[in-house]
Amino acid sequence: MTQAPTILPSGDRALTFRIAEGIDAAANAEVIALAAALDAAGIDGVTERVPTYGSLLVCYDPERIRGAALERRLIDLHAALDVRAQPARLWRVPVHYGGEAGLDLETLAEEKRMSPEALVALHHGAEYRVFMIGFAPGFTYLGGLPEPLHTPRLRVPRQFIPAGAIGIGGRQASVNSVAGPSGWRFIGGTPVRPFDPKRRDPVLFAAGDRILFEPIDAATFDRLARRAAEGSPLIAPEGM
Amino acid sequence: MLEVVRPGVMLTVQDRGRTGLRHAGVSSAGPMDAAAFALANALVANDPGAAALEFAGIGGLFRAHAACRIAVTGGTPEMSIDGLRIGPDAAHRLAPGQVLTIGAMGGSVWGYLAVSGGIDCPPTLGSSATHLRSGLGGLDGGTVPAGAMLPIGPFDPRVPCLEPYPVAAPPWPVKDIRVVLGPQQDAFPPETWALLLSQPFTVTPARDRMAMTLDGPPLRARSHDIVSDGTVAGSIQVPGSGRPLVLMAESQTTGGYPKIATVIGADLGRLAQVVTGGTVRFRAIDRDAAERVWIAHAQALRARLHPLRVRIARRD
Repeated sequence: MTQAPTILPSGDRALTFRIAEGIDAAANAEVIALAAALDAAGIDGVTERVPTYGSLLVCYDPERIRGAALERRLIDLHAALDVRAQPARLWRVPVHYGGEAGLDLETLAEEKRMSPEALVALHHGAEYRVFMIGFAPGFTYLGGLPEPLHTPRLRVPRQFIPAGAIGIGGRQASVNSVAGPSGWRFIGGTPVRPFDPKRRDPVLFAAGDRILFEPIDAATFDRLARRAAEGSPLIAPEGM
Repeated sequence: MLEVVRPGVMLTVQDRGRTGLRHAGVSSAGPMDAAAFALANALVANDPGAAALEFAGIGGLFRAHAACRIAVTGGTPEMSIDGLRIGPDAAHRLAPGQVLTIGAMGGSVWGYLAVSGGIDCPPTLGSSATHLRSGLGGLDGGTVPAGAMLPIGPFDPRVPCLEPYPVAAPPWPVKDIRVVLGPQQDAFPPETWALLLSQPFTVTPARDRMAMTLDGPPLRARSHDIVSDGTVAGSIQVPGSGRPLVLMAESQTTGGYPKIATVIGADLGRLAQVVTGGTVRFRAIDRDAAERVWIAHAQALRARLHPLRVRIARRD
């Protein structure tokens, strides 16, 4: 491993195992590999683990394992990691650019001095990496946004952004999972529901997955949205 | 069935909460004051994590449609059954047709109403706990409306009404809210740590099941933005306003504000119960000490719940 990790106490029942402070795909892959290694180790007393950009949050029950002992286990697991062994699933996510959810497409294209078609081509021409699922159920944070599309967040968040909105926040991209307020900019919507508690797999994407966006028209969006409302995940991952 | 004639404020179904889904963005939900919640269930001989009702400030009016035992915990509201006063922290029988009234909490915030047999509410992602912010669990992910008929579990008339053995007050009651510094205390200059640990902070009305916003001397960080990492209930986030935000039962699972400290598990329920306008002071302890406090807290709670004693019915 190239970087020495830092372990940060996060109260009496959690600790943060920090591998990197920036946004970096290699560090993120290391975090995800460590989460998998922790699962495989089956350490009694570990209650949750949350991979994020550069850190792994691990929750534990001090009645079953103390933080100091857990730290030693994590350091050993990290030292023995083989990051290359991690499989990466690929999802092809249909997106209707513009439309109801894509309320910023036209203005963003104007700001960037390009046509909406060029902006769309740039957005769906890139491959994205799921850096983490966080904030809200199923909310998918993506890296890999082409630099010309990097756009600061709004100063005043909007109160209602629908589930499935395809967003841009700074250098990150997103697939929104639940409706709610957001200061990000939105260029389209997917009929895919990243989170549906009634589905057998309530959360589709996981940290480390790869995502390609594929443009669809409004009629296809409506047809797929009806199937999604009936509980269909619509898409399945490749590369399992 | 328990009929909700008039719901109190933020009346929700809660159980012990969801675990194992934070990596999918789903935080635990569950009670704001876990100890009071467990006691309410134990008093009516339920599992401590059975589904029960939580309310904020005021309980409401409930009518029994079947015999059951009930208990209210979390504070000292005025309570009555068909107009006859009863007390909190003890089980009472409710006959079909009788009306339970739970008034204002007074010196605390979160109250619990447990019903024998528990509230029979189908689980969502393994739990009946209502996550209001995500619209998950409980009754369609929301607060319990007026007129709701809540199915309740079986009632065994042979089981007595219970109350706890009196516990001696600890010789030096802890008044401060204890924290472990970090995970991002290095994002703050030492002067800011000193402010956090020396000055009183006031609980503002900007509070819900997700977070409590505190007011006090502005806490300045070197930068108020970090690359998002994991958060827990108890995380003290400090956004650019400098006003600390303590995450609670329905916390978001990740966040981009630096976290100066984390409230320890044993003090989280006590913090939740501080009334709006009340003040708190923070005191730092190290991680190992905090873990020992948690272990002692968990043992003391179990000791309080087992055994309970039979409450001898009196005519009040």
